[in-house]
Formats: sequence, structure tokens, C-alpha cells
Amino acid sequence: METAFIIEKLVLVVVVFVLTLVIAMYSTLAERKVAGFMQDRKGPDRAGPFGILQPLCDGGKFFFKEEIIPAGAHKSLFIAGPTLAIITACISSAVIPWGQPISIGNRVIELQVADVNVGILYIFGVVALGVYGIMLGGWASNNKFSLMGAIRAASQSISYEVAMGLSIIALLMVTQTLSIREIVAQQSGFVNWNIWVQPLGFLIFITCAFAECNRVPFDLPECETELVGGYHTEYSSMKLGLYMFSEYINMFVSSAVMSALYFGGYNFPFMNQLGLSPNWIAIIGVVVFFVKIIAFIFFFMWIRWTLPRFRYDQLMNLGWKILIPLAIGNIVLTGIITLIKDTYW
Amino acid sequence: MEPLSNRKKVLAQKPMNFWEKIYLPAIIKGMGVTIRHFFMKKATFSYPEVERPYSKNYRGMHSLKRDEEGRERCTACGLCALSCPAEAITMISAERKKGEEHLYREEKYAAVYEINMLRCIFCGLCEEACPKEAIYLDGPHVPADYLRKDFIYGKDKLVEERFDFQTPKELAENIKNNESKQINLTL
Repeated sequence: METAFIIEKLVLVVVVFVLTLVIAMYSTLAERKVAGFMQDRKGPDRAGPFGILQPLCDGGKFFFKEEIIPAGAHKSLFIAGPTLAIITACISSAVIPWGQPISIGNRVIELQVADVNVGILYIFGVVALGVYGIMLGGWASNNKFSLMGAIRAASQSISYEVAMGLSIIALLMVTQTLSIREIVAQQSGFVNWNIWVQPLGFLIFITCAFAECNRVPFDLPECETELVGGYHTEYSSMKLGLYMFSEYINMFVSSAVMSALYFGGYNFPFMNQLGLSPNWIAIIGVVVFFVKIIAFIFFFMWIRWTLPRFRYDQLMNLGWKILIPLAIGNIVLTGIITLIKDTYW
Repeated sequence: MEPLSNRKKVLAQKPMNFWEKIYLPAIIKGMGVTIRHFFMKKATFSYPEVERPYSKNYRGMHSLKRDEEGRERCTACGLCALSCPAEAITMISAERKKGEEHLYREEKYAAVYEINMLRCIFCGLCEEACPKEAIYLDGPHVPADYLRKDFIYGKDKLVEERFDFQTPKELAENIKNNESKQINLTL
């Protein structure tokens, strides 16, 4: 492996990491702003113009808070919980292609940290690991509410991962590949976006994404009215901050995955008719990709401040009795349509 | 049983139809409501910079009034203290001396007049009881403070500023300002 390649990838990793953290940081502000605006309030606007320094203040506050580890807690696992949560949240963005390759001189720089040919499986694996963070934290707290929250998180993640995987299978039948880079490359322009061929699959996927991110209306693991604070009841200081942060990073990554899989990633309408040089198209593509991601994050928040929380049995009913049969039906339907298309066209 | 009010309504628990069952139309409707509110005018006032106007009949901080010649109207009759349900008002009366006619309207006046703003419930009964039209709750709200003793407002804070100290021009301006804010800021 040549040195330039390693440097290139390292720079990309750092940039992606910093971007992820910054976006997650400002998602917390955006969440409060969106909440305020939807409730006819202004939201935080005191720290800096329009409150843009609010996330820094919150972060600083988290660092200076007293850190409490309960006497009955399993100390090492208690610390491992938030660590695992934030690590799994951060590494899942590795396989997302942020843009078309940029060529500088005769070097071609891929705007993707790792082009794994089973990219989707990698993301699924990492997302599935994410539940360990919650589960460990909840169990190690030695608190029944934390444990209840953790158990809910585990069962919810497992239930919705099934439907999510099945909805992705229908997509894979269309795209014929597991590599996210190839999937995005196939969706060039506007009419090739996978949302046009897999609308039902997208609906199932986004519902499951809400559940996987533990967002309202599926935020039962931390449902305040029943479980005090859910799995992070006993957490304080930056450990709590890390749990919160990992939730926002998960939201960012799932927004990126959704826009890559269904909404064309860095592709935008009329990209090939503009007559721009490939580098310019790549740069605009990156911007467009981030606009899509931010739109999805806004959508997450929009839903949060619109819908009430599901009851636990309703959640399970929706997952097992509605989404999974729908996803299987979607697979069958996709298969039939593909078969008809292949034989008669 | 005989219905008492004829307002009884039997609610039909009819099963949801297909569109209601899949929730999506309802969710989209709900999202429409929230996005409409997103672009609505906000009810928030950024307080220290922007002050919300008080309503016309707002009962705020008390002010002890002067008559048209700038003399204190209060005659220390004690009716306000008597009418006060929270027992917030205390006063010590004194007799007007020779040469003080330009300060006090009646022969008797309040040498000390104190209202405990922590006790006051801003009911306005003192205002109603006053036979001399000397006390009105026409100020802004009482500001926060750190010590209990600072909430006992004496004459220095309650008595209106003398408007014979103001030139007619200032007076006219003050009245205009007060009218526009619908509050009397001169204490």
C-alpha cells in the first residue's frame, strides 16, 4: 500500500469523523429549534447569534458535571456501555460514498473511506452492534428501570432489524449488488432513483430506521413517562452526553444510508446535462448529498414533534404483524415484476 | 333512567376503515399541522430587549399619586391598609406643618408608607378603597430581587415623580409615552 493512499484515507477519515460530530452537535441545537418552531416558540437563541454556540455550551456543561458511578453498578461494563454506543455509531459511516471520485492531476481520490463490496451488510452488522452499548449500559447500572429500558431496546432492535433486512432484500433484487458505491452509481440522474422502484420498501425501511435510532415514535427504551430515563437513568456527565450523541450520530448515518440507497446519494437531477467538468459535478454532488441528509434529519425531527409514542404492544404488533409481512410481500412483488420484465421486455 | 340534561351522547366505536388503519393519511395530516406551525409567527417575546405590552387593566406596582399642583394626595386615612386582604400596607401618619402646603394636599399625610410586595396579591382593593384617588396599581410588574427586605417598598419607590419639576414639554412627552405603553412608568 502506498503512503499517499494511506494519507488520503486518513484525511478522509478525519474529515468524515469531524463532520459527523459537528453535524451531530448541531442536530441537538436543530432539534430544540425545530421543537420550538413547531410549538410556536423560538427555541434557544441566547448563546451566540440564533443560539449557534448552544451545543458548545451544552458540551462544556457535560464535561464539568459530576460523574457518578452507582455503588451497585458493574464498573467496567458501566463505562463500556456509552463507549461502545459511540464507537459503533461512528464507524458505521465508513462505507458511505460521499461523492463521485475527484481527480487531481493523475490521482483519482475516492470520496469513500472503504469500498467494501458488502457495504450494506457491514452497516447492518455495525447497527446491530449498537444495541450492545445500550444493553450493557442498562444492565451494568443495576437499576430496574435501566434494565427495562435496555431490554426494550434489545427486543425493539431485533424485531425491526428483521423487517429492515427484508426491505433491503427487495432493493438488492433490483440493484443486484451489495456495494453501496455501486448502488449509488446506478442511480445517476433523477429517474433512476431507487425510491421510484421501491416506494414500499423505502416506507418500511424508514419506519425501521426510526425504530433502530430509538427515535419518537419508537423511543420506548428511554420513555420518560414509564421508565424515568430508560437505559441511561444512572448515567451522568459526559457518559450521558455520549449516549445522546450516539443517538444523533445514528440519526445522521441512517439519513445518509437512506439518501444513498433510495434517493440517489450524491446524484442530482440533470447532472449529466449541465456540461460541467467531473470534478465540479463531484463537488456539487457532495453538497447535494449533505442537503439530502439534512432534509432527512429534519424529517426525523418533524416526525418526532408530530407523533406521540407507540405503546409497547403496538410497537411489537407493527413490527412483527405488519412490517414483516409487508416486506415479504414486497420481495415477492419485486420478484414477479422483475421476472415479467426480464421475459417480456 | 330519565336523562337529566339531554346532553348524553352515545359514542359509536365503529371499527377503523382501511385508510384509518394504515395510519399514513393521519400521520401526513398531523405533519401538515406541525409544519404550518413551523412557519407561524412566534408567540415569544425576547424579554429583556423586547417588552410585552401590558393590558389596559393590568394591576402592577402601586404608585402614590400627586394632585395637579404636585402635592401628595394621600392623607394617611388607613383605608387602604384596612381593605388589604394580605395586610401588605403599613403607614405612619404625620401632621402637615406650616410651609408644607406645597408638599401635602391635606392637613394629615403619610410620613411612612410601606407596601410589602411579597405579601401583596395585586387585588386592587386598596385602589378601590382610597377616597382620595391617591393609590393606583398602574405600574409595571414588580421586579425580582435577592433579599426579602428589598421587597418592602417605601415612599421613595412608590410616590409619583413630581411633574411640576418637569417642563410642560417634558410633561406632554411623558404623558404621550405613558399612553403609548399603556403603563405609568414614573413612580
